[in-house]
Amino acid sequence: MPEVTYLEAIRQGMWEEMERDENVFILGEDVGAYGGAFKVTDGFLERFGAQRVIDTPISEAAIVGAAAGAAHMGLRPIAEMQFIDFISCAYDMLTNYVATARYRAGLPTPMVVRGPSGGYVRGGPFHSQNPEAAFLHTPGLKIVCPATARDAKGLIKAAVRDEDPVLYFEHKYLYRRIKEDLPADEEILTPIGKARLAREGHDLTIVTWSAMVFKALEAAEQLASEDGLSVEVIDLRTLLPMDDQAIMASVRKTNRVLIAHEDTRTGGVAGEITARINNDAFEFLDAPVKRVAAHDVPLPYAPALEDFVLPQTDDLVAAARWLAAY
Amino acid sequence: MASPNSVSPPPAIPAGLSVEQLLDLYYYMRLTRSLEERLVALYRQAKVVGGLFRSLGQEADAVGSAYAIDQDKGDILSPLIRNLGSMLVCGATPVEVLRQYMAKAESPTHGRDLNIHYGTPQQGFIGQISHLGDMVPVMGGIALSFKMRGEDRVALVYVGDGAMSTGTFHEGINFAAVQRLPLVVIAENNGYAFSTPTAKQSAVKHLTDKAAAYGIPSVRADGNDVLAVYEVTRRAVDRARSGEGVTLIELETYRRKGHAEHDDQSYQSAEEMERWEADDPIDRYIRQLTTSGWSTPAALADIDRRIADELAAAVALVEPEAGPGAGTALSGVCLDPPEAEREWYDRG
Ligand SMILES: Cc1ncc(C[n+]2csc(CCOP(=O)(O)OP(=O)(O)O)c2C)c(N)n1
Ligand SMILES: [Mg+2]
Repeated sequence: MPEVTYLEAIRQGMWEEMERDENVFILGEDVGAYGGAFKVTDGFLERFGAQRVIDTPISEAAIVGAAAGAAHMGLRPIAEMQFIDFISCAYDMLTNYVATARYRAGLPTPMVVRGPSGGYVRGGPFHSQNPEAAFLHTPGLKIVCPATARDAKGLIKAAVRDEDPVLYFEHKYLYRRIKEDLPADEEILTPIGKARLAREGHDLTIVTWSAMVFKALEAAEQLASEDGLSVEVIDLRTLLPMDDQAIMASVRKTNRVLIAHEDTRTGGVAGEITARINNDAFEFLDAPVKRVAAHDVPLPYAPALEDFVLPQTDDLVAAARWLAAY
Repeated sequence: MASPNSVSPPPAIPAGLSVEQLLDLYYYMRLTRSLEERLVALYRQAKVVGGLFRSLGQEADAVGSAYAIDQDKGDILSPLIRNLGSMLVCGATPVEVLRQYMAKAESPTHGRDLNIHYGTPQQGFIGQISHLGDMVPVMGGIALSFKMRGEDRVALVYVGDGAMSTGTFHEGINFAAVQRLPLVVIAENNGYAFSTPTAKQSAVKHLTDKAAAYGIPSVRADGNDVLAVYEVTRRAVDRARSGEGVTLIELETYRRKGHAEHDDQSYQSAEEMERWEADDPIDRYIRQLTTSGWSTPAALADIDRRIADELAAAVALVEPEAGPGAGTALSGVCLDPPEAEREWYDRG
């Protein structure tokens, strides 16, 4: 089976969808002739033409707004943000226009906004962000954050086929670091709204997503060998709608839960998950729900600062030990 | 008939500049280029932490325009990624820039922000953020403060051909125009925004055509002619200072290196690059200075040597310096962090 990187998986997913459905098209900055800042759309212009692979001005609000209009008319746009940090420039379009369209006016807006997110790459405050919390609070949007190559492909394809707007946050740290065997002839579709059991365990659960999944797996490995702890890791994959069932099933089994995310702590997604666990599985908890997240600062550039601010495997191990001992 | 030995006097220097000022312009252009060359060497040794951005071929645009503001009067500018030269004119030092790129503890942002993203009103320049266009309204606000206080000061902001496609550019320049703020907006048309040619950013023939939409005057100049750049900017600065409001200046130049050091420039033709290389702003200025008799090759070589020494000393100073300690990461988000937050950190 061919080895496919996380980046190549996104590429393949979009390629297959464009082959399948001529309504699918791509728009964004430098996506055509250059093939995208990270080369995610390399070769698309040659194959699908300038009509379906559109190099746009530096106008994120117009990119997202135009995608919405086209989507109303039955097209299936995939809008790229060159870095996901620039999605803030389209915040108004997304939260006020796109997210409310179906509820307000019955207008279907099947579109995808995707782009490279995440830190650990010395990108500084404006090329490292994880904006999921800003949009989690907006009814009408779906949010997916793949961690594996299989899900990177399966979720972009599912996002394109979804009847509602999907924000697809890919992690640039994983682009070329993750490789998996993906059969070329398999149609991979990852259901939106379904978590994945990344590692089975019975002593405690780590709930996480995106690049943090790998830190959680590392921590689980270390806790197994050094502490004899059996750690379960849930990869949420979709943040909105959230897979409450998968979370609660694990909480009921392990009775201890750690939520880990790369975004800053205050107002972060972990708070929402904690509230859901309190509501649905409080009596199963043997310890308070614990969270590990980035410190509440803009992400700094210097390596020592970035490494300190972002959660590391050691932070997960320490938090898990605290939970296990509680 | 003049005797064959008599030397005709040098032609009058344009724009009321002195010979000393002409050499200043040369110094800053050369310093910009040499500092960037040093940075490339450090980048290749993996001593620059993040990306590296060049302004090769755009030094006249940056230096000539910044030289036209009056720092003694308290004018302030906001540079973009190709405006290292503007910052140097305003008093930024190679040591600061090296520390920024190498994320050193003593860098102006203490390792928090990258490359030339730094500056304060006191320094005469305000650092950009990555989000393009954002500095246009911000510099409008700086100009607003000048106007509200009746101060004799001017603000200047740069915007790329690509950044002119942002909503913030449009809102910012329109706001400043309506308020008749003392703001100069410099559109640097270097042909590309990353890989996207200017014709795919804007449907206008010239970027100056946009000025009509804001009801402000505009002027276009050869961005590779440092004296021409100085002159048009000076006029716009004077105009702003005398209360006549915003001017849009388009400087026509060319980005000879990739968007950043990693970019292979596959989308720029060899022919185009050669043409602009032949129009190198520093070579051109050297010819102008020496053929007019305003300076000599020997005097310019002296300046080059001074710069080389200055940079060698700066690199030697900065290279061994330490980065910031992890413990410095949490302070200063607000002047006065809430007590509960501090307790949270302490608890771990
Ligand atoms: C709002 C926003 N969108 C996208 C980017 C990514 N980006 C960084 S620089 C750049 C091109 C800028 O081109 P231009 O304004 O012409 O400046 P130049 O690099 O040519 O000096 C792009 C697209 C950004 N920084 N900000
Ligand atoms: Mg440009």
